[in-house]
Amino acid sequence: MATKASRSAARLMMAPAVVLLLGWMLVPLCMTLYFSFKKYLPLRGGDLGWVGFDNYVRFFSSSAFWPSVQATLVIVGGVLAITVVFGILLAILLDQPMWGQGIVRILVIAPFFVMPTVSALVWKNMFMDPVNGLFAHLWKFFGATPVEWLSQASMTSLIIIVAWQWLPFATLILLTAIQSLDSEQLEAAEMDGAPALSRFGYITLPHLSRAITVVVLIQTIFLLSIFAEIFVTTQGSFGTRTLTYLVYQRVLESQNVGLGSAGGIFAVILANIIAIFLMRIVGKNLDA
Amino acid sequence: MARNVTNQRKLINTVAAWAVGLLIFFPILWTILTSFKTEATAIADPPVFLFFDWTLDNYRVVQERSDYMRFLWNSVIIAGGSTFLGILVAVPAAWSMAFVPSARTKDILLWMLSTKMLPAVGVLYPIYLIFIKMGLLDSRVGLTIVLMLINLPIIIWMLYTYFREIPGEILEAARMDGASLKEEILYVLTPMAIPGIASTVLLNIILAWNEAFWTLNLTAANAAPLTAFIASYSSPEGLFYAKLSAASTMAIAPILILGWFSQKQLVRGLTFGAVK
Amino acid sequence: MTIKTAFCAASALALATAGGAFADSHTTTLTIATVNNGDMVRMQGLTEDFTAKNPDIALEWVTLEENVLRQRVTQDIAANGGQFDVMTIGTYEVPIWGAQDWLVSLNDLPAEWDADDILPAMRGGLTVDGELYAAPFYGESSMVMYRKDLMEAAGMEMPDAPTWDDIKAAAEAMTDKDAEVYGICLRGKAGWGENMAFLSAMANSYGARWFDEEWKPQFDTDAWNATLTDYLELMNNYGPPGASTNGFNENLSLFQQGKCGMWIDATVAASFVTNPQDSTVADQVGFALAPDNGLGKRGNWLWAWSLAIPAGSDSVDAAKKFVAWATSKEYTALVAENEGWANVPPGTRTSLYENEAYTSAAPFAEMTLNSINSADPKNPAVDPVPYTGVQFVAIPEFAGIATQVGQEFSAALAGQQTAEEALEKAQALTTDEMEAAGY
Repeated sequence: MATKASRSAARLMMAPAVVLLLGWMLVPLCMTLYFSFKKYLPLRGGDLGWVGFDNYVRFFSSSAFWPSVQATLVIVGGVLAITVVFGILLAILLDQPMWGQGIVRILVIAPFFVMPTVSALVWKNMFMDPVNGLFAHLWKFFGATPVEWLSQASMTSLIIIVAWQWLPFATLILLTAIQSLDSEQLEAAEMDGAPALSRFGYITLPHLSRAITVVVLIQTIFLLSIFAEIFVTTQGSFGTRTLTYLVYQRVLESQNVGLGSAGGIFAVILANIIAIFLMRIVGKNLDA
Repeated sequence: MARNVTNQRKLINTVAAWAVGLLIFFPILWTILTSFKTEATAIADPPVFLFFDWTLDNYRVVQERSDYMRFLWNSVIIAGGSTFLGILVAVPAAWSMAFVPSARTKDILLWMLSTKMLPAVGVLYPIYLIFIKMGLLDSRVGLTIVLMLINLPIIIWMLYTYFREIPGEILEAARMDGASLKEEILYVLTPMAIPGIASTVLLNIILAWNEAFWTLNLTAANAAPLTAFIASYSSPEGLFYAKLSAASTMAIAPILILGWFSQKQLVRGLTFGAVK
Repeated sequence: MTIKTAFCAASALALATAGGAFADSHTTTLTIATVNNGDMVRMQGLTEDFTAKNPDIALEWVTLEENVLRQRVTQDIAANGGQFDVMTIGTYEVPIWGAQDWLVSLNDLPAEWDADDILPAMRGGLTVDGELYAAPFYGESSMVMYRKDLMEAAGMEMPDAPTWDDIKAAAEAMTDKDAEVYGICLRGKAGWGENMAFLSAMANSYGARWFDEEWKPQFDTDAWNATLTDYLELMNNYGPPGASTNGFNENLSLFQQGKCGMWIDATVAASFVTNPQDSTVADQVGFALAPDNGLGKRGNWLWAWSLAIPAGSDSVDAAKKFVAWATSKEYTALVAENEGWANVPPGTRTSLYENEAYTSAAPFAEMTLNSINSADPKNPAVDPVPYTGVQFVAIPEFAGIATQVGQEFSAALAGQQTAEEALEKAQALTTDEMEAAGY
């Protein structure tokens, strides 16, 4: 249907977006690459010459590297698992007929509007604080010793905070998908005597696969770079130092731009490995 | 028949859904409540829920310490401006990808999304240097551009999935009537795309409003938005839960209200073409 | 399409001019980066006095939490961003930045400012090669703050100059976990300015040090082992829950609520814990010098939050006026007039400690002065060291290293590793970073 003229027009229309994004990607990336081969210490006078792959070797071989990759994957995986599973359950629940559905939906959607800094501060201080936090009060009420959330269960705490922020997003997408499910099909299955669990497994879940893919893709993009939540709560201690945070420590806390840049390149590589992996699945699912 | 549920089942659904809804909403509710307490009540054990002496004192203190309106205004300008610019760039791109797809369209789209995976901390230094060179530090313009760029992939992706839902036949019909490309966009596509664009705008405003890395690192006094406003309350001396709550409430209230009023569009927008 | 592109460009341009049109040609605007603690916030409330005297100077405040502030100003000065005209920095940054010529010398502040009145310890810490690079806004050392009522109930008395053994005994006697009273509250939150400030100072009194004279890290020594082991023992037995995430602010809050028997921390806290408006134990607080171990060094630090002017500022003269105002005797008097003498910024001027109005209003004045005077940044440890700084090492790499070391120690406090493991990791990562820096 596309004529030659509309094709070239289309190309013109895409040009601004492509050029802008290409610039946004390439310029900082090239500068980061350039710095990563330099000994660059702003607090010691800046550029101290080329050092080849030294920064890469140092970053890669430091004892903090692999734990940080692991922490990144645990957080991303944990949050994804929670938001997808609970998102599906919530979506099914919200799809049922009830009174005040609109208000419930407003309540569920709300955490998505809260800025990460605020949600981290509120959770850290007002809920997870082992002395004055609400959880501590609750635990004491039941005669239990309050949990020191951010130190003893640091990863869990962080995953809870982040999952709380992203659950609305997952729920909404999944809810919309469920609402589009052909209810006659479900009813027919119910009349044939199919138990609820297999109705879910054979009809609902396959129908949701595309929505789940979108949830996973979009969330992964955002989760790989979470920063504010860690900065506000643990500052990377107790095993919560993700790759992003490690790079932050190198660049800003240690003011070692060369080393941090090498770390940044590692982070880009990790992100792209995950991206390619994800894109494969998404690409397939998007055609469907 | 099966959909003809009994009132009893509806009641159970209602109770369950409300319970879950309130649980999820609770942290926000608690923050709002705490903002009206005194510092001593805020940490009382057992916690006080509703029956306390409500006070506006925390809001007064917070406002005295930092001029809320200025931060708010910056947030509005930056979130609004970046969304506006983003839409200007994204609409043509998404349109052409949706209606004049080529073999590489999907690759381009996925590539665009992948640029969002560049870790911000890794490129802070280069961007900072560029900003210094261009005199953009602590300027709303600079921040607007950066936020536009980081959210552009998401905008394009959303608009693309929207535009794809618009049936191509309508366009062909318009074309046969002799409509030019410009007319096609203005009179045929735009009206159909408005709801999609509205949802995209909303989502983008939320994302830009809540962005906390660039907004904090590239601003000082002139362009600092609400994320910077909050950064001065993270741990003042002594008891601070009530003041923190007041500041938090002030920071999230505008976007929360906006989100609630427009939740229908937003819900549609969030589907990302997950549903056909 | 050209119309559309033109529209794009036009709107971008419109935005750009809108953003740039705010500069006013008559008044100089100073952008001041500051930390969100009580004294600084108070100063913001009193600036009318300054702007009334200097109508041609407008002040813009950037108030940030300590960690954010440090990161922002360091980033800005290292990259020469020029975003700030006045920065609030500490005794750690001043010698490093001063040596790089990144700060404006304050030797030519007006005579009324009376540089000779600044406490010698503070002045020394902010001077590099004879140039004063920052004016101290308030200064602090650390000391023991304890609950007199709890000590009395335990039948004990706190000596003015306690040893670590005295502290241990007192902590044990005061702890009553059922009543949520914990014998001792100490910093546990990871960070070079948080737990490492305390632990480095404590290590000094145990005969430990960060580096030997060859810049070799010393975490593998017995002295460090003893420091960390004792610290963990104290905190695990008598400390509050969640201590590994408690910094200065968290501990202050705990102490004000009456949940701590003792708290060893910054001397500035004294005015907060004795302020009846915020503190439930205001009239029960006693003070003592930071403890020692009989080795000739006490575990107290030296710090001054100071105002400095980055060399990149384009309003140096106005900035100097402001710095001189904020750190002057007149400002102290202004605070005293508005908030009472007990709330003036302490620890910077000799004249303040000779002022009877102050010493009678502030029961902690004498102990503060003694603590400040007993800290020696040039010779902080029992053994000789190649660096200056009591609770820090004034080299650019220190902040990064100590924060990571602090995370290891904090993890040990949370029970996630032993003292030995933490020290081993600290030694390894410090060695690694020092090599990377070329020592």
